Amino acid sequence: MQCDVCKQNKATVFLTQIEKGKMQKVNLCEACAHTKGVADPKGFALVEMLHGFGHGEKVATQPQERTCPNCGMTQTTFRKTGRLGCGACYQTFGEGMDQLLKAMHKGVRHTGRVPAWAKVVGRDNDRVEDLRVRLEEAVAAERYEEAGRLRDEIRQLTPPETAV
Amino acid sequence: MMKFATLLRKPPEWMLLDGPHRDIVITSRVRLARNLDGPAFPGFAKKEDRTTVMQELQPVVEGLPEMKDGFSEDLGALDAIRKQVLVEKHLISREQAAKSGGSAAVINRDQSLSIMINEEDHLRMQSIRSGLDLRVAYAALDRVDEELDGLVKFAFHPRFGYLTACPTNLGTGMRASAMLHLPGLVLSEQVNQVIAAVNKIGLAVRGLYGEGTEALANLFQISNQHTLGEREAEIIARLERVIEQIINHERNARRKLVEDQPHKVLDHVGRAYAALRYAHILESKEALTQLSMLRLGSDLGILPSDLGRTIDTLLVEIQPAHLQINSQRKLGPEERDVLRAETLRQRLAGVPEPRPESLQPPVDPEPPVI
Repeated sequence: MQCDVCKQNKATVFLTQIEKGKMQKVNLCEACAHTKGVADPKGFALVEMLHGFGHGEKVATQPQERTCPNCGMTQTTFRKTGRLGCGACYQTFGEGMDQLLKAMHKGVRHTGRVPAWAKVVGRDNDRVEDLRVRLEEAVAAERYEEAGRLRDEIRQLTPPETAV
Repeated sequence: MMKFATLLRKPPEWMLLDGPHRDIVITSRVRLARNLDGPAFPGFAKKEDRTTVMQELQPVVEGLPEMKDGFSEDLGALDAIRKQVLVEKHLISREQAAKSGGSAAVINRDQSLSIMINEEDHLRMQSIRSGLDLRVAYAALDRVDEELDGLVKFAFHPRFGYLTACPTNLGTGMRASAMLHLPGLVLSEQVNQVIAAVNKIGLAVRGLYGEGTEALANLFQISNQHTLGEREAEIIARLERVIEQIINHERNARRKLVEDQPHKVLDHVGRAYAALRYAHILESKEALTQLSMLRLGSDLGILPSDLGRTIDTLLVEIQPAHLQINSQRKLGPEERDVLRAETLRQRLAGVPEPRPESLQPPVDPEPPVI
């Protein structure tokens, strides 16, 4: 496996970091691991490194605001107006949505009518949803072998172009 | 397609029919919010994207069998008064009336179905029926939804359901409501208690023209607040049960008024009759209040029983935009009050005087034969 930073040497340091429930992985060679300060896990942020910042350097600007890739709606505008910009926004701003919905509705899961197209893929989606939850749990509990298996299963069920 | 003039002249189907509990429930309405999968919602879309969505949806909606020979118009092609007429007829929302280009209204011939394109969502579809008839109203709309489902791809998420611009409509996208006439509860000062109780169980109470409007003419609109987490049929069944209880409360209140305070009832009806038959200046609010009392008089046997339908028509006809379009010019408020009184005098000219000796408490309708 190649080093993700210099893309030349063989990677010997494998890092996994979980931040806000999202798993980030990076593979490094010994030299890059040293220069990036991976030896000192305190103050090391994978995200910063992946964005091109080395150890000790501060992220100069505000972190990029969460923005919907489909319509360009930003988190700030969503918070201000309470309206979403498009269907994909529910994916973009999905985190924390349950809390909001719990206060508004009877439940947080739709049980009513389903359009024809979703009936076809619905079963797979339900399964993927379920697998994702289990994957997060497995990662949180550091059961990496199980996590790897679950990740492969999810990949099989979600071809990239129809990933929900 | 139907012309605006025809739409204006033709009474809607619900006004000609007598639905269940028609003495208390004027109409039942169900609306569904739907969006196309992909394009931004109307409120956030750029103008050209909104136009593209409208150009895609308008012919599809017009082509539905239910919409045959119906009315279809770009909001940009209607002047302010015409748009307001559609609001007063409950065929489009106040929010949509505020829009101009890039938004359209498609209404079927008997005005029982209206579909707004690019209101807050790409599609807002409404079904309206006489009396308490939510299931039938929903069934009619469900057919339209099913047909459209075969023609376009709706935005949907397995967990969140139908995706809407506002998360308060998420899931079923369904808002079911009934318009109740509750003079008995208002006169006996019980209505606020009823509203508080209804609010407590997750239902909303609104005025004649929806959110933020006053409860004029003792008319109250009761609807579901929650759209996610329950099936459509469950939402409707729950709403129906609550409305049936309110109907019982209203009947009891009327019965008690007739038994304990017959003079108060006769006085209200008599004054309403006098004002509506003989006044020459009537503000909207007073006219609506008096029409409510006249309707109560008709329900309690003091006035002819078929008067109810005329009154329901008048509730719409004396609204500002209807008065102005019928006189074919823009009127100031004072002119409208004069014209309103004139319209009422003419339309109620043949109504005989109230008959106090015919005052009778409401009878519970016979239970349906199963």
